[in-house]
Amino acid sequence: MDLSYGSQYEAFRQQTRAFIEAHRHLAPQDLRFDREKTPVWQKLLIDNGYAARSIPKQYGGFGAEPDILKTRIIAEEFARAQVSPGMGGQGIAYLVPMLLDMGTEEQKQRFIPPTLRGEITWCEGYSEPNAGSDLASLTTSAVLDGNEWVVNGQKIWTSTAESADWMFCLVRSEPDAPKHQGLSFLLFSMRTEGIRVRPLGTMTGDSHFNEVFFTNVRLPQDQIVGRRGQGWEVANAVLLHERDNLGDPDATLLRFNALVDLMKRETVDGVRVLDNPVFRDRLMKIQGAVMAMRFNDLRLLSAKLNHKDASLAAMIVKLQGTELRHELEGLAIDALGELGILYGDGPHLRAGGSWQFMYMLYLGLIIGGGTAQIQKNIISERGLGMPREPKLKT
Amino acid sequence: MEFGLSKEQTLLQDSVARYLDRHAPLERVRRYADDNEPRAQDVWDGLCDLGIPGMLICEEHGGIGLSVLDAALVSEILGSRVAPAAFVASAVMVPLAIAWAGSKEQQSRWLEPLAAGRVLAGAAVSEAAEARHDDAVRWDGSKLHGKALFALDFNADVYLVADHNRALYLVDAAAPGLERTQLSTIDKTRRFGELIFNGAPAELLPLSSDREVCSRVLDAGRIMLAADTLGAAQTMLNRAVEYSKQRVQFGRAIGSFQAVKHMCAEMAAELEPCRAMMWYAAYAFESIPAEAQLTTCHTKAHISEVGTFVARTATEVHGGIGFTDELGLHLWFKRIGANRQLLGGPQSLREEAARIQQLA
Repeated sequence: MDLSYGSQYEAFRQQTRAFIEAHRHLAPQDLRFDREKTPVWQKLLIDNGYAARSIPKQYGGFGAEPDILKTRIIAEEFARAQVSPGMGGQGIAYLVPMLLDMGTEEQKQRFIPPTLRGEITWCEGYSEPNAGSDLASLTTSAVLDGNEWVVNGQKIWTSTAESADWMFCLVRSEPDAPKHQGLSFLLFSMRTEGIRVRPLGTMTGDSHFNEVFFTNVRLPQDQIVGRRGQGWEVANAVLLHERDNLGDPDATLLRFNALVDLMKRETVDGVRVLDNPVFRDRLMKIQGAVMAMRFNDLRLLSAKLNHKDASLAAMIVKLQGTELRHELEGLAIDALGELGILYGDGPHLRAGGSWQFMYMLYLGLIIGGGTAQIQKNIISERGLGMPREPKLKT
Repeated sequence: MEFGLSKEQTLLQDSVARYLDRHAPLERVRRYADDNEPRAQDVWDGLCDLGIPGMLICEEHGGIGLSVLDAALVSEILGSRVAPAAFVASAVMVPLAIAWAGSKEQQSRWLEPLAAGRVLAGAAVSEAAEARHDDAVRWDGSKLHGKALFALDFNADVYLVADHNRALYLVDAAAPGLERTQLSTIDKTRRFGELIFNGAPAELLPLSSDREVCSRVLDAGRIMLAADTLGAAQTMLNRAVEYSKQRVQFGRAIGSFQAVKHMCAEMAAELEPCRAMMWYAAYAFESIPAEAQLTTCHTKAHISEVGTFVARTATEVHGGIGFTDELGLHLWFKRIGANRQLLGGPQSLREEAARIQQLA
């Protein structure tokens, strides 16, 4: 056991802090895209090694050796200072690492630099109305016509499709192959003729995702990652980066601290909610669970650094992390009593309605990105080695 | 940076596990549970050969001077095998109390025989965690009066006792005025008892006038109990998974039914973070003083809750046979159940956690 990062890393932490303090006035104020500030801030971060850190220079990154601890320190310090850590999104977070592994040289040159600069934003076209948990059964078709792919079909749950410039999309290109071997991974501009985007309203009142319809969408033959029929493999390489992102225990800790403040501030008949032993016990119960997930995360970081296996500890993060967050937000609503039903604008609302918003959003996240039930299948089959459900004879 | 077990720690766990698998298999545990023999002397002797009783005692006094994390790792293995052996009091709470609060003379008199396993020590400090009714022990300047319930490692030669001021004493098991009654509990794999003091002579650990010592001793015990539960719950989960692969109904292993798979996945999802939590609490106990108390309270409370869930669910996966005595699964169920109650149940530990943070 050695929980210190070491002096070299502490120096890096100080350097990161100094950078943030010296430049924070240039950062965009919130996480939304700011046409003026965001691209300038992004370039400053890349030039100084705080974004796209380990992406090679020739593709527009900073070109440092990958270093898990430095990446962690950067994330910690930007979060602590509550300063934007640069652009994220599906392109930068998921597509770029996958392209580095599996893209052609031409694709890397063409797509990675503008994606890092924020000039191309991406959406992910995977799920379909009849292919959710059973993703590999998707039916959106891609047929080669001369030297062009022609895509027809429909995607659903597509986040940011309304604003994204490009889509990376999983399609069925080999209708006669077994289902996992019949897919291809295509890239195309959302401005291409034949694409229609319809936002889906959700229970939070916002639209977090869309339906996307394709009617004879034509794109050049070479806008494919990997070979024909290799799409499932490519998509899995992307999903690997995606599951890591849900259920972040540090974000949950910040939210827990806000919940403590709420329970100190709110009163019932003149008594602080915190002084009600039932509420206090529920609060402490959640704190214990938050702690367990933070230590689990520390274990995962260490396992990554020291090349140890902690696959079961990693597999459970999405399931546990999203459930815990949903429970935490729900406790805040209970602590608010009747005030807890307020939403939208208006008097008496607390924290801009964020407790209700997050409570609902996290129910969405329990379902999205692989439902809780699919997570349990994965944990039991891959983590515990339990037998798969026998296939139905068709 | 490394948050994980060293090669030595893995070896330590393996060697205790191997010993218990060979010399204290389920039949041996059952014999201890059924016959009500005071000590499983053969098991104890084996643990002595491995140096377990002296693992926290410094080399100067004949021990091996390992860390509280190492002790927790051993406790985890003992729990995983429901080992019929003294440990929490004899190898952890009492040696630590003497090392922290005993005089030089007391240290040289007690620690060496404890390390060698020639003397076995119990701990009667439950009243410092939560006193029931008006049970309390009082010191009149030379003798102890009152009673203490739930002495851990009950069949001992000497007891560590906390009085109502949280001062700590050592009392010889044969002291005049000491009455001992073994209590019949759900957990037959370990012995618990009541100590009644009718003016029993005792020796004070002089530095224990600092009440912090008693709190630290309690916390060390809590970490060990949490680790014991972690080990026991992991065994119950493993056995449920194994059973579900063997047991066939409707022409298929029941482990291929999603209802059963999801029960096992939920157990694993709850239990896996408990491992990191136990490591952290045991490490923080010695190395991160600012976090030690809070982490200990939450760790014992949280692992107890998860343990209860796993004990119940793993039993259910086994169906009716899990409820019977045939597989002995209930020994683990009851060990987890006892650990939950001892030295502070989840609710009182969470209240203590709130107090530590000035939230109560």
